[in-house]
Amino acid sequence: MLRLGCGAGFSSDRLEPAIDLAEKGALDYLVFETIGERTLAFGHRDRQLDPKRGYNPQLAARMRGTLAACKRHGTRIVTNMGVANVAAAAEVVVDVARAQGLSGVTVAAIEGDDVSDLIGPETILFDNHDKTVAEVGRPVVGANVYLGIDAIIPGLESGADVVITGRVADPSLFLSPLVHHYGWKRDDWQRLGQGTLVGHLMECGMQITGGYFADPGRKNVPRLADCGFPIAEVAENGGCVITKLADAGGMVTSRTVKEQLMYEVHDPAAYLTPDVTADFSGVTVQEAGRDRVAVANGSGHKRPDKLKVTIGFDGGFFGEAGVSYAGPNATARAALARDILRDRLARRPGFEALRIDLIGINSLHATAHGVREESADVRVHTAMRSASRDDVATMLWEVESLLCCGPAGGGGYRGQITPSVITHSTLIDRDAVRPSVRMFRA
Amino acid sequence: MTRRIKLHEIAHARAGDKGNTSNVSVWAYDPGDYPLLKEQLTPERIKAAYPALIQGSVTRYALDHLHGLNFVMHDALEGGVNTSLGLDSHGKSWSFLVLDLDVEVPDNRPA
Repeated sequence: MLRLGCGAGFSSDRLEPAIDLAEKGALDYLVFETIGERTLAFGHRDRQLDPKRGYNPQLAARMRGTLAACKRHGTRIVTNMGVANVAAAAEVVVDVARAQGLSGVTVAAIEGDDVSDLIGPETILFDNHDKTVAEVGRPVVGANVYLGIDAIIPGLESGADVVITGRVADPSLFLSPLVHHYGWKRDDWQRLGQGTLVGHLMECGMQITGGYFADPGRKNVPRLADCGFPIAEVAENGGCVITKLADAGGMVTSRTVKEQLMYEVHDPAAYLTPDVTADFSGVTVQEAGRDRVAVANGSGHKRPDKLKVTIGFDGGFFGEAGVSYAGPNATARAALARDILRDRLARRPGFEALRIDLIGINSLHATAHGVREESADVRVHTAMRSASRDDVATMLWEVESLLCCGPAGGGGYRGQITPSVITHSTLIDRDAVRPSVRMFRA
Repeated sequence: MTRRIKLHEIAHARAGDKGNTSNVSVWAYDPGDYPLLKEQLTPERIKAAYPALIQGSVTRYALDHLHGLNFVMHDALEGGVNTSLGLDSHGKSWSFLVLDLDVEVPDNRPA
């Protein structure tokens, strides 16, 4: 039986439950998954600003919290916290190990996901109506291919305490230890499919232990504030039980598992990763005791020949700013503020893509079907993206000016400007990708 | 005879995003309600419910043995998480958008 724990399911995931798992989980592997389409873009942005950055901003904190306990318990760490700068991330791990007196800790940095040199102006973007890179009309800031188990497993074979990657398929972080430990064949599509299922269920952290699930009165979750991260107990045939630490908050039930089963999945019979075309359509989900759910019958078919690449483009600057209105007639005053902003801004060149929402009226769902309601607490929220930082600053200025130059009673101005990276996707031949392992020692 | 209730009363849901595509999975609390979900929550109905949001097609995948439906909505996230100017650029809140739909249940269904 192999015990895998998830120490992070996204970039900003909580730290304490990871420390708990490292201390008390009796784990073979602790996996931190922290890359999404949004956070990979942030990684490129950070590396552009500082060549020493671009890895997960919480990397050092996570290592300080878990590395010593993992070393003590013989738990190996696998993580994609390298994001857009794997080598710099490996050095951070080494620095933490040295600072904690953990001499001899070894780190395997998996590189090769940066495929910028394989992307050209004629590269077709399948998610952008088959336009080319050139037609996007923006500088490329990075291109990362989704690596899989073929890239990660050599890091495990090196014996490293920590295997750190950039862009890999999320489930591959969990599938790699399974294939490495059990010696599954690389064309055993059934096991690779089931192992990918395990990875898919685990890779969002507490989204399977009661996080992102609670709906008071309908779906109550015990002690959500102390919700634990998940543990997978995986057998040689891939059959697994999803569970959590007994003293952690949250819960593992067939419902929490089912919601996660289809999370970010399209066709359940064809979930594509670099490792396998996984088939979740026949998966069985069975409660097997308190906070224990058995998951089996994941399957799969031959892996795809092409690999997905996320290309980041310089998106200029993203700005957002807001002012709030409350009390009698708040909705009308907020709507007037919105109309004034449109008058003052949207007719100028460069401001065509301005978006203004009334939070409390139409910011999330009513934009979908046009519901209009009265609210006594409305925030005018303005957002734009532009190559010109000055234009974005002008937008912020106009929103702030509403404090004196807009409707009555506006308050609570906040505004911020951040560099922006937008992303599109393409496919490349698997054979063109050359992953590699670089070792670092504390 | 039937009565109209919110889907939220008989189902739970989760939304996810990949690029400009959103998916919302909908799960019956009670397996007995699954057939009516399958009958009433057609992809055509989802597409028609949100014309301002869903620019592309809607595909539905059924997981009968788990009593769940997975709706995949193409060209539905204003370009996706790194392009949208919306507050919820992932479309994370769409699970509850779908749960706000009405469904017809038999009058004699226990509340």
